[in-house]
Amino acid sequence: MSTPVTSVVPPRKIAEDNEFTSEHHVYEPHRVGLPKLGPYFRELWRRRHFAIELGRTSMRANQTQTFFGQLWLVINPLLLAGVYFLLVNVVSGHHQTLTYFAHLVAGLFAFYFIAGCMNTGAQSVVGGGRLIMNTAFPRLLLPLSAVYTAIRRFLPTMIIYFVLHFAAGLPASPKLLWAIAIYAEMVLFATGLAFITSTLQVYFRDTSSFLPYLTRIWLYLSPVLYYVEDMKGTLRHFIYINPLVPILGNWGRVLTENKEPEFKYLIAGLIWGLATAGAGALFFMSREREFAVRL
Amino acid sequence: MPSDSDLAIDVNDVSVTYRTTFEKTPTFKDALVRLGRGERVVREIKALNNVSFGLDHGKVLGILGANGAGKSTLMRTLGGILPPSSGRIEIHGRVSTLLALGVGFNNKLTGRENVVLGGLAAGLNRDQITQRYEDISAFAGLGDFMDMPMRTYSSGMFARLAFSVAVHMDPDILLIDEALSAGDAKFKRKATNKMKELCTQARTIVLVSHGMASIREMCTDTIWLDKGRVVERGEPNDVIRAYEDFLGVKEDAVTLEDV
Repeated sequence: MSTPVTSVVPPRKIAEDNEFTSEHHVYEPHRVGLPKLGPYFRELWRRRHFAIELGRTSMRANQTQTFFGQLWLVINPLLLAGVYFLLVNVVSGHHQTLTYFAHLVAGLFAFYFIAGCMNTGAQSVVGGGRLIMNTAFPRLLLPLSAVYTAIRRFLPTMIIYFVLHFAAGLPASPKLLWAIAIYAEMVLFATGLAFITSTLQVYFRDTSSFLPYLTRIWLYLSPVLYYVEDMKGTLRHFIYINPLVPILGNWGRVLTENKEPEFKYLIAGLIWGLATAGAGALFFMSREREFAVRL
Repeated sequence: MPSDSDLAIDVNDVSVTYRTTFEKTPTFKDALVRLGRGERVVREIKALNNVSFGLDHGKVLGILGANGAGKSTLMRTLGGILPPSSGRIEIHGRVSTLLALGVGFNNKLTGRENVVLGGLAAGLNRDQITQRYEDISAFAGLGDFMDMPMRTYSSGMFARLAFSVAVHMDPDILLIDEALSAGDAKFKRKATNKMKELCTQARTIVLVSHGMASIREMCTDTIWLDKGRVVERGEPNDVIRAYEDFLGVKEDAVTLEDV
């Protein structure tokens, strides 16, 4: 009975503020299991503050921002370094230097940063249950938030490292700046791992129970307790298949050996980082449609 | 004739299937044990089958159906949380959802922190959340509990905060899934009034409820879902009558209560 009108725009449909949730959504099946990447990453970037706030509040909830909370983050790997230092002293039979201790601490801090990304990453999606069932947002934000938390926990430990660095008589050379580039590779790599563990945890809730064993073995196969040059015999094969050899090898070189980074290791670390982050993101995104019904 | 652009929600031949397991907490250990026995427990669920409907701006749609009829799946699909397996959904307007009970998800955090996180996840910026925060807090009426960890909340308080957040996101389209059943009588009244207020501002609401009285009171339009299909669509009274005939229940105090 209504006459055709030219203006069919309903009263509220004036494009007033489309800076948040867009005004027009189309939901279609994901082709080959993946959402459209362009809009996905645009949304991801637009909601980055969510990941940051999530990391910050979860740190607050775990009391890591209090003085003793921060202190524990530093004391824990330091004690561990002390244990390994003692162990290597006993096993090798000869007295280790403070430089070796610095190498051990630098390696352990970096290694536990990566392990931390895997552990908190694993809990990130499962722990976000109710939010996932109620709100549409790019789920990659959850493991990214775990990585953000791990970075925030890692940075204060570097202060301790540098105290030790100078106590061991190591020089303050510009080569140390390479550590920033190597850390970036490490973050890329750890982010990819966090994507993978967070997805696996949805399907196998005991993933996080296996992780400690996996990380322990991985630690022994990486140049943390020893130097890359010590990797001989069977251990030598791991130089090529363990991504942490180029990354942590260079990390140790620039920080504690006062050397330029190995160029081939820089490239290898970058490739490992990009490949892991890329493959991890694709794996995560291909599965994330199911998260709402699997939790 | 209403033109297509009047539609707030346009659902076109949508089907949703997903695979899930029987177990509450699937583990690698169980998976290995089952592999040894040669069992397979992944089950494919056809939650929605070729559902099509449209909804104009300013309407309130009630969705009826037995447990497992696909109501919640339909709501998640409308909210963009579960993309369809086939078909197409078009939504014109900003959507706010109240699907799973509770706003936030971290019980260790306070109500306030959860509101901020929920808002950021929904795509608001900090200023927009700050602007809305007082209204949200006042409407929920939780007082000092806003700054207490959410694990200290009762289920009714969860529901009140969640509802308050959802309606204060300034949505064009509000999707509500049985959210009010945990609130007390006073809050239900307040919530119903708020929803009516939203309707008068030409907002669109989709409501899932087992409470026939609230469907009758609120809705202008009703869909009855069964086994993932639309059985009937029409005036609330007609659809409710058909649905109750089908269930074989007489209308009494039990079916009327609960939003």
